[in-house]
Amino acid sequence: MKPLQKVAAFILCAIFVLMVLATLLLPAPYFHQYRDIPNAAPSAAHLLGTDALGRDSLSRLLYGTRVSLLLAPAAALLATLIAAFLGSLAGLLGGWLERIVLAATDLSLSLPWLFLLLVVRAMLPLEVLPLVSVVIAFLMMGLLGWQTSVRVICAAARGVRDSDFLLLARSSGCKPARLLWRHVAPNLRPLFYVQFFISIPLFILTEANLSILGLGVMEPMPSWGNLMRGFEDFSTLSANPWRLVPLFLLVIVVMCFQLLLPQQEVTQ
Amino acid sequence: MIEVKKSTNLFRIALGRLLVLLCLALAGALMSATLVRFAPGNSVSERELDPRWRPDSVEALRQQQALHQGLPAYYFHYLAALAHGDLGESESLRRPVRELLRQRLPVTGNSVVGGLGLAWLAATLLASIGIASRGWLFEASTTAFNSLLLSLPSAVVAMLAVHLRTPVFCAIAIVVFPRLYSYIRNLLVRSYDQPHVLAARARGLGSSAIFLRHVLPLAAPALLALLGVSFAISFGAAIPIEALCDSPGLGQLAWQAALSRDVPLIVNVTLVVALVMLAANSFADLAGRTFVGNAS
Repeated sequence: MKPLQKVAAFILCAIFVLMVLATLLLPAPYFHQYRDIPNAAPSAAHLLGTDALGRDSLSRLLYGTRVSLLLAPAAALLATLIAAFLGSLAGLLGGWLERIVLAATDLSLSLPWLFLLLVVRAMLPLEVLPLVSVVIAFLMMGLLGWQTSVRVICAAARGVRDSDFLLLARSSGCKPARLLWRHVAPNLRPLFYVQFFISIPLFILTEANLSILGLGVMEPMPSWGNLMRGFEDFSTLSANPWRLVPLFLLVIVVMCFQLLLPQQEVTQ
Repeated sequence: MIEVKKSTNLFRIALGRLLVLLCLALAGALMSATLVRFAPGNSVSERELDPRWRPDSVEALRQQQALHQGLPAYYFHYLAALAHGDLGESESLRRPVRELLRQRLPVTGNSVVGGLGLAWLAATLLASIGIASRGWLFEASTTAFNSLLLSLPSAVVAMLAVHLRTPVFCAIAIVVFPRLYSYIRNLLVRSYDQPHVLAARARGLGSSAIFLRHVLPLAAPALLALLGVSFAISFGAAIPIEALCDSPGLGQLAWQAALSRDVPLIVNVTLVVALVMLAANSFADLAGRTFVGNAS
């Protein structure tokens, strides 16, 4: 690991620890309104001030970090599991199954990612509870974000399919399920990890985009995306630069994830 | 003879691509029809809930709607209408989808083409300068800048564009540029490190001759494939950018349709975008094959 990667790993660990300890560190519940001090500047009581509704910005940032940093890896895990299952199965069995999986992948890859999410989001109710909106965002990204990974995993599984040890396992009567579970999946495990790590920054950015557009995590639940919704008014931002903290945190986390990955994977 | 065979092969591939495009369009149309029909609450017209309407009027209203027909009849009507260019009517804007697409597609097309042009120019230029200089400082600063741009959500770039009053295509270029730069740089580095390029350099060939005769033919197929992919990236970036910059394009239309749950509109917009994407990818693929054929 290069020194810069060590620094990135340390920063990510620190932010994750902060996220876990958020409940203990919160100065106030994220939804609590101090109605007498809306848009307050930073002070000892409110380190990042308050928002237009008088809610403590630091509490919202810490809770929003927890939402975004739990949502993105959870969605990445779901997407990677789907991709691992479909890609390994298609690569191992080949034939019509491989053709169908790859055709479905090509079809969904022909759509820009945000268009696909918008179509699915339009099918679902918009006026939902904040927690339900978090679940919807997680499921949408998890269930629709497997296409790029599936191609890579399928190609690697195809390589394993032609290997000697798999031929030996097949000749000793191993069933496809056992072949998949005991032989193909362990050999592709490093690839699954890489695909999982690649998906996390992508999903963090997607959640931010969706929430800024009003289609992701709903108020009053904070997330990095909906904390940045107020950035449209730049005159307020220039007067209150501390409101940019969610953006700084997001950029730092995404850059750290990029640094942790080998360069050729980042550019995929 | 070989030339004729090559042209025939290329023609066959182009025909195959066109056939696949048509099949995918049909599959996409059927999927769109399914989504429109089965979207929750989509079969209920607001007028049906109006208490001032008499039951027989509500029934007549339902009869008018294709949504209450059987599934095969519904598909047939949908495809027949589609064949005549009728994409239905937007529920939120109360205007034909075809008319909306005709107005909005050129706006997005112009922004996307402008943004892609600018992003490609900047990425190629910077990558070439980086390779020519091979300086540590230049490499580190461009990598850091690129990484910063990659970490910005496109919606934040859009808000920055609103603040700085830059055109929409510039915002699209900022989103697309970092993705192109990393790939083009890696590709050029790999091509310049090939033994025959080193040999050409050792023989004293000029840098422009090396680039045009040895590096470009190696990198061209991958660059052309990247052109297809960059279309998808820029169309994806167009949604938040057009929505937040108030540019009346397809991205803004899709966003408005999603916010008002206008399923027929968003499904048809997506279908059109998918077809544009597929056509762009097929074109890039064919161009790559032609280039490889000519170079070999």
